[in-house]
Amino acid sequence: MAQKRPQSLGTWHGLSDSKRVPEGVWMRCDGCQATLFRKDVERNLNVCPQCQHHFSLSAAGRIASLLDTDTFEEWFAGMQPGDPLQFNDRRPYPERIRAEQARTGLNEAAVVGQGFIRGVRVVVGVTDSGFIMGSMGSVVGEKLTRAIEYATEHQLPLVIVSGSGGGARMHEGIYSLMQMAKVSAALARFGEAGGFYVSVLTHPTMGGVAASFASLGDVILAEPRALIGFAGPKVIQQTVRVRLPEGFQTSEFLLEHGFIDRIVHRAELRNTLAELLDYASH
Amino acid sequence: MAATAPKFRLPFEAPIQEMEARLAELEARYATARADLDAGTPEIAEQVRRLRRELAGLVRTVYANLSAWETVQVSRCEHRPQTRDYIPLIFSPFLELHGDRAVGDDRAIVTGLARLGERRIMLVGHQKGKTLAERQACNFGCAHPEGYRKALLKMRLAEKLRIPIVCLIDTPGAYPGIGAEERGQALVIAENLYEMSRIDTPIVCVVIGEGGSGGALGIGVGDRVAMLEYAYYSVISPEGCATILWKGAEHAPRAAAALRMTAREVKRMGIIDDVVPEPPGGAHRDHREAAANLKSYLLRALREIEEQPRHELLKRRYEKFRRIGVFVEADAPTEPLLPTS
Repeated sequence: MAQKRPQSLGTWHGLSDSKRVPEGVWMRCDGCQATLFRKDVERNLNVCPQCQHHFSLSAAGRIASLLDTDTFEEWFAGMQPGDPLQFNDRRPYPERIRAEQARTGLNEAAVVGQGFIRGVRVVVGVTDSGFIMGSMGSVVGEKLTRAIEYATEHQLPLVIVSGSGGGARMHEGIYSLMQMAKVSAALARFGEAGGFYVSVLTHPTMGGVAASFASLGDVILAEPRALIGFAGPKVIQQTVRVRLPEGFQTSEFLLEHGFIDRIVHRAELRNTLAELLDYASH
Repeated sequence: MAATAPKFRLPFEAPIQEMEARLAELEARYATARADLDAGTPEIAEQVRRLRRELAGLVRTVYANLSAWETVQVSRCEHRPQTRDYIPLIFSPFLELHGDRAVGDDRAIVTGLARLGERRIMLVGHQKGKTLAERQACNFGCAHPEGYRKALLKMRLAEKLRIPIVCLIDTPGAYPGIGAEERGQALVIAENLYEMSRIDTPIVCVVIGEGGSGGALGIGVGDRVAMLEYAYYSVISPEGCATILWKGAEHAPRAAAALRMTAREVKRMGIIDDVVPEPPGGAHRDHREAAANLKSYLLRALREIEEQPRHELLKRRYEKFRRIGVFVEADAPTEPLLPTS
C-alpha cells in the first residue's frame, strides 16, 4: 500500500455547520421544542443548550471539536465515486453526487486523515451523515481502509466517528456491501498488530455501517440519544407489527444491553478520547 | 420428469407449464395406447419425443432470457433446493452441531461436520424452510444474532480441526426484529466479517439462492465466493430499494435490474469468482443435477485453494476483498494546509 500513502495532503475545505441547523436566526429544537437562538446552538457544538439534544455535526465541525487546533491533515480528499451500476433513481448517480458535493462542500461521506488529540497522534475517520445519509460506497470503504492500513503500519491509534442513516449505499450495489468486508478485514489486521481503535457512534449509525467498522471498536462510545442499530425502526415495525419499546435502538438502549462502553456528551468527547488515548500511548 | 412436475407458480413459466401439461396428457395417451396394443402407438411415441424436444428448447429459451426480477423469483422458488436438501445429496454423513453457547439454537443457519467426497469439512448454511412450520421455525432464513454467533463458533472449530469450511448462503437478509436488535445483530455480523477474514482454514462460499445484504455477507467472506446461476446477491432487497427510491415495493422489478444482482452481472463486476451452472430450467427442476454441479464446484474450488501456498491463504483472502471498489482519484489539490508531523 506504500504507493497509496497520502502523497496528496489535501486542504481541509468542509463547510461550516451553518448548513446543518435550519436556516434563520431562530430555530426550534427537535428535542424540547424550545425556540433557540441559532448562534447559541452553533457555539455549543450543535447541542441544544436547554435539553442537550444533539443535532448533527458535519465532518468539519466534528474534526474541529475533537482535534488539537490546526493539526488535522486530510488524506485522499480528491477521491471521487465511480458509477459502476450506472444507477439512476430519478436522477443519475453522478448527478446526485455532484449535488451532494455542492451542498455539503465534501467530496464524499467520509473524511480521513491524521491529527493530534491533546498531543497524541491519531488516525481519524469521520463519516458525515449529511452526505447521502452518510452511506458507505467504494470511496468511504477505500478511504477508511487506507487510513486503517496507515495506522497499522505506523502503529497509531485509530478513532472513527460514525454517522450513517444509510448504511451500505445502494447506488453502488454489491460494491457497497463488499466494503463492509474490506474495512472489517483491515480492522482485523490492525487489531492483530496491536492497534487501539475507539469507535464513536453518533446519530444515526445504522445498517452496513453499524454491521461493520462502527461495531468493531476496542472501545465503543456513543453520543446521547443516537439511533443505532442494524435494521431501521420502520422495517422492524413492518416485520413484527408490535409497538417498538420506548427508547428502542438508542444509545441508552445499547448501553443497557451491553453493546457500548459509554455514552458521552459531545462537549466531553474530546476529553474522553484524550483519556482513552493516554492508555494506548503511555 | 414432466409428468410429475409440480406447479412452481413462477409467472413467467406459464408457457412451460402449459406445454408440460400437454406432454403429460400425451404421455398418458401413449401409456394407454401401448397397454391396448393400439396400432397408433408408434405415432404417439413420436409425438411424445417431439414434444419433449420442444419443451426442452422452450425451457432453455425462457431461462436464457430471464430478467433480473424473474431471476429473483427463481432464487426464491419454494421448490428450489436449500441447504438441507443438499445435505443428503452432497454432504452425507452429516453430523449437525447446534447452538451458539450463549442464547439458543437458530434454525435459520445449519452447521455441522460433514463429508464432501473424501474430505471432511464444516458446513454452514442458511435454511429458509419448506413447509409452513419449518419456515416459521427458520424465520424464512432470516438469522438472529445467535445464528451468526453459532456459525462463527463452528468455523473456529473447523480452524482447530484443520478442515475447510463450506458456506451456503440463502437468505433474504438478517432478521429485522426487536430481539435481534437487543442481542446485537449489527455487532455479530461485523464480528463475522472481522473473524472470517482471518480464520486460518480454506473457506468456500456459494450463494445458492438469495444473497440478501449483510445477512448473506455475514457468512460470505472466503477464499472463493461463487453464485448458482439463478441466485442473486445484493446490498438491499429489490423491495427495500424500491420502497426507498420509488416509494413502493411494486417497483421491485425495476430495482432488481438497477441493482445488477444476478450471478452474471456480479461475476462481470469481479465480485465473485465463479457462476455454478444450474440444470436447464433451474435447480428446482432437478435437485440431483443441481447438487452434482455444486459438489463438483466445491471440490474444484478447494483443490484450487490447496494448490496455492498455504502460508499465503490469508494474505490472498485479504487482497481478494481489498481490491473491490470503483472510484477515481482526482489530482492532489493545492498545497497541504499543514505540514506532515
